Amino acid sequence: MIGTFDAKIPPGPLAQKWRSHLDHSRLVSPNNRRKFEIIVVGSGLAGGSAAATLGELGYRVRCFCFQDSARRAHSIAAQGGINAAKNYQNDGDSIYRLFYDTIKGGDFRSREANVYRLAEIANNIIDQCVAQGVPFAREYSGYLANRSFGGAQVSRTFYARGQTGQQLLLGCYQALCRQIAAGTVQMFPQTEMLDLVIVDGQAKGIVTRNLRSGKIDRHAADTVVLATGGYGNVFYLSTNARGCNVTATYRAYKRGALFANPSFTQIHPTCIPVSGEHQSKLTLMSESLRNDGRVWVPKRKEDREKAPGEIPETDRDYYLERKYPSYGNLAPRDISSRAAKEVCDEGRGVGPGGRGVYLDFADAIKRLGEDRIRERYGNLFEVYEKITGEDAYKVPMRIYPAVHYTMGGLWVDYDLMNNVPGLFVIGEANFSDHGANRLGASALMQGLADGYFVLPNTLPNYLAGQTGKRPSPGAPEFQEAEENVQARVEKLLRVNGTRSLDSFHRELGLLLWEKCGMSRHEKGLREALQKIPELREQFWRDVRVPGNEEDFNQSLERAGRVADFLEFAELMCMDALERDESAGAHFREEHQTPDGEALRDDERHAAVFAWEFQGDGQLPKLQREPLHFETVHLTQRSYK
Amino acid sequence: MNFQLRIWRQPNRKSPGKLVDYEVRDISPNTSFLEMLDILNENLLRAGKEPIAFDSDCREGICGTCSLTVNGEAHGPDHPGAVCELYMRKFRDGATITVEPFRVGSFPIVKDLVIDRSALDRIVQAGGFISARAGSAPEANSVTVPKHHADLAMEAAACIGCGACAAACPNGSAMLFTSAKVSHLALLPQGHPERESRVLKMVQVMDAEGFGNCTNTYECEAVCPAEISASFIAKLNREYARARFRRSMGE
Repeated sequence: MIGTFDAKIPPGPLAQKWRSHLDHSRLVSPNNRRKFEIIVVGSGLAGGSAAATLGELGYRVRCFCFQDSARRAHSIAAQGGINAAKNYQNDGDSIYRLFYDTIKGGDFRSREANVYRLAEIANNIIDQCVAQGVPFAREYSGYLANRSFGGAQVSRTFYARGQTGQQLLLGCYQALCRQIAAGTVQMFPQTEMLDLVIVDGQAKGIVTRNLRSGKIDRHAADTVVLATGGYGNVFYLSTNARGCNVTATYRAYKRGALFANPSFTQIHPTCIPVSGEHQSKLTLMSESLRNDGRVWVPKRKEDREKAPGEIPETDRDYYLERKYPSYGNLAPRDISSRAAKEVCDEGRGVGPGGRGVYLDFADAIKRLGEDRIRERYGNLFEVYEKITGEDAYKVPMRIYPAVHYTMGGLWVDYDLMNNVPGLFVIGEANFSDHGANRLGASALMQGLADGYFVLPNTLPNYLAGQTGKRPSPGAPEFQEAEENVQARVEKLLRVNGTRSLDSFHRELGLLLWEKCGMSRHEKGLREALQKIPELREQFWRDVRVPGNEEDFNQSLERAGRVADFLEFAELMCMDALERDESAGAHFREEHQTPDGEALRDDERHAAVFAWEFQGDGQLPKLQREPLHFETVHLTQRSYK
Repeated sequence: MNFQLRIWRQPNRKSPGKLVDYEVRDISPNTSFLEMLDILNENLLRAGKEPIAFDSDCREGICGTCSLTVNGEAHGPDHPGAVCELYMRKFRDGATITVEPFRVGSFPIVKDLVIDRSALDRIVQAGGFISARAGSAPEANSVTVPKHHADLAMEAAACIGCGACAAACPNGSAMLFTSAKVSHLALLPQGHPERESRVLKMVQVMDAEGFGNCTNTYECEAVCPAEISASFIAKLNREYARARFRRSMGE
C-alpha cells in the first residue's frame, strides 16, 4: 500500500482535539507560501472555498472544473439549508448536540473526532458566509432566521429561500473570482482530470483533458486536492447533475488511494417520482417541505387509484407520524425512504406505477394560509408544477425516494489526507463525516468546513516538509499517465459498436437500483457482481462513441465517465456484500429488527471499510479502520 | 407527440453554421425539452450521424448551464424557467420548433448549440464580491440586516448566470446580469466598503467585453428564469452615478 493507513486522530479530550492539533501543526510562513503550487480539482462548495482560501493565504492555486464556469458546480442545486449550532432559537442547541445528532444520524459509522470538529466549525461558516454577503433569511428584527430539518429536535438550519446551496456557492465563487483577479488562483473551466500522478509515493500532479479542444495536459504541483463530489450518477437516475461522476476519485483509487465505504449511498425521500423511460434525472423537493407537509398513503390498497381528495381522513395512513411519533414527518432520510418503499411494496403506493406517496399541505394551508406556504416554499411548488403539471396547493404532491448523495468516498485521515501522501480529499468526495447516513443541511456544512477552515489549516502540515520536491511535468511518471489517458480515449473511440452510452448507463443504473439500492441482500448483490462484469464486457465490445478526440466531443467525455461507473459499481456491490450488517442507508434485509429497522453489528462492523485496488481483474483488498467511541454511547437509533 | 425540428448546426467557432431539419416521433408530453433532444441524439447515433452538441447540467433550472433559443425566445415559451424546465406538453402536437444557441456577440459559439459565456465570469472577477477573508468574519448576528433589504438582496442574488438576458436584448446588453450582482451586494451592509469601486469596475469590464447598453425594452426581464426585475438596472444606474459623483468629489 502507498503511504500509511492511520486516521491520526489527535490525543486529548474530544472538545479539545482540533484546537490542540492546530497548536501543534506545522506552518508555512507567508513568504514561502507562494513557492507552493496547489491543484484543486472541483469548484463546488468544498473546492471553490478551498481554492479561494488557499489563494488568499498566498499559495499558487490551479483550480479545475468540467463545467463551463466555476459557478455551475452541483452544490448550486442544494435547496434546504446549512446547519450550525448557534442556538439563536434558545431551544437547547449546542455544539455537542449538533455533533451527537450528526453521529447518531450517521448510525455510528463515522469518526467522533471528525464529526465533533465539523460541529465546532459550523458556527464559523455562518459568520463567514454572512460576511461575504450570502442573503440568508432573516426575521423582521434583522436577525438571522432558522428552520428545522430531519433528524434534529432543534431549529438550527440557516437558509436562503429554497436556494441555499446556490447562495453559498455564489459566495465562494465570488471569493474565488476575487482570487482569480488577484492572480493567486488560475481557473481551468471545462477541464476534466483523467489521471492522478504519483511521484516517489506522493501525489504530485494530474493529467487533464480540455473538453473544448480535446488537448491532454500535464500539471505538476506540490499537492493535489480532490473536491470532485459524489458518485450518485452511477445509478443513472439521481438528483445529481448530468455531469456528476466518479472519474477523478476512481482514477485516484486505481493509482492506490483507498476508497472508503463505497456502498453508503443516500436515497432522499422527497423527490418527484419517475414518469417515463427517457427521464434523464430526478428532481429533489427539499426536505424542508416535511416541516409543513404530511406524508401519507391510503390505508387500503383498493384506494390507491382514487383521487386523494376522495379518501377520507380515517382511510389515510400517515405512516411516518404513526411509526415515529416523536420525529414524525421529520424522521431522517434513510428511515423515511425505507418507510416509503415499504408502503409501496405493500401495494399502497400512489400515482402511475404505484411508486409514490403523498406529501400533503392541506393541513398547513388551513393552519397558516396559502400565502405563508407560498412564501416558504413557493419556488418548490412552481418546480413541481412545471414537471408534473399539477398544482400542489390544490392536490397533494406525489413523492418517491431517489439517489441523492454518497457518504462513501476516498478515505482520509484527520487532516483530510488520503493514504497517498499529498493527496487531500474534501467535501462529498471524501467519506469522513456522515457515516452511513447524512442528515439534511449538513452537506453544505461539511463542504464549506473542509474548504474554508479545515484544509487551509491541515495542508501546511504536509507542505512544510515538501520544499523543492515538486517534480517537472517532464518526469516519466507524467509521461506514463499521459499515455495511459491517451490510450483510453483512443480505445473508447475505437470500439465503434452499435449501442449508445445511455443504454449502457441506464442498464447499469437499473441493476444497481434493484440490487444495491434502498435495500440489499446477499443473493441480489452476488447477482449484481456477476452481471456488472458482463455488462462492462459488452460495453467495451459494443459501445458507439461518435466523433473524434481533437474536438469538443460530449459523447467522448460521457463515455469515459460511464466506463468508470461500470468498474466502480462492482466495488460498491462488494462493499455492500462485505458489510454484513444494516447501518443507516445501507439496509441489508438479512439484518433488521422485528419492526423492520436497521440492525447494526457493532461487534464486527463498527469500522470504516477501505478498499485498496490490486490491479484490473483482481479482487481489491479490504482494510478496516476500527471506529472507537469514547464519548457517545452506541445505541440502536430510535426516532420513535 | 411528433415534432419537426430545425436545429442550428455549426462545427466550430470559425466555420459557418446552418439550420438543419430533423424529426422526432412518439414523444411523451411528460418529456422535457432537453430529454427530447437526448432522444433525437440517440436516433442520430443509431443512424451513424453525429449527435447535436448542447449544454446542460443540473436539469432543474438552477445551474444556468442550458442556453437554448427556442422559436426565437431565450429558454423557450414557458417563462419563467430555464429551457431544462420546459416540457413538451407546452407544444402543439406536430409543431415545428426552431432551436438556436443564445445569440450574443460576446458569447461566441463553440459548437452547434454550445456557447462560451466566460465574459460573465470576467464581469464578476472585476469586482462582484465582498472581500471577506476566511477567518476575519465577525459573529453573524452582530450586524443586523433589515428583512426588506435581505429579501431584496436575495431577489437579485437569485440570478443563475445563464445569459438569457443578453440573448433576449436587442442590444446584447448584460445589464440585468450585472445589475443583479451590484444590487445584491449594495443592498447589504457588508457590501458597503467596496460599493463604489465594485460598480465602476464591473461596468467597465461589462463594456469592454462588448455588451450593449440598456434601452428599456424589458426583454431581459421577460425571459429571465430567475425573475430578476429590470428595476435592478435602474438601481445599477443609480449606483453607477453615485459612485462617479463620489469619485468626482474626491471621496
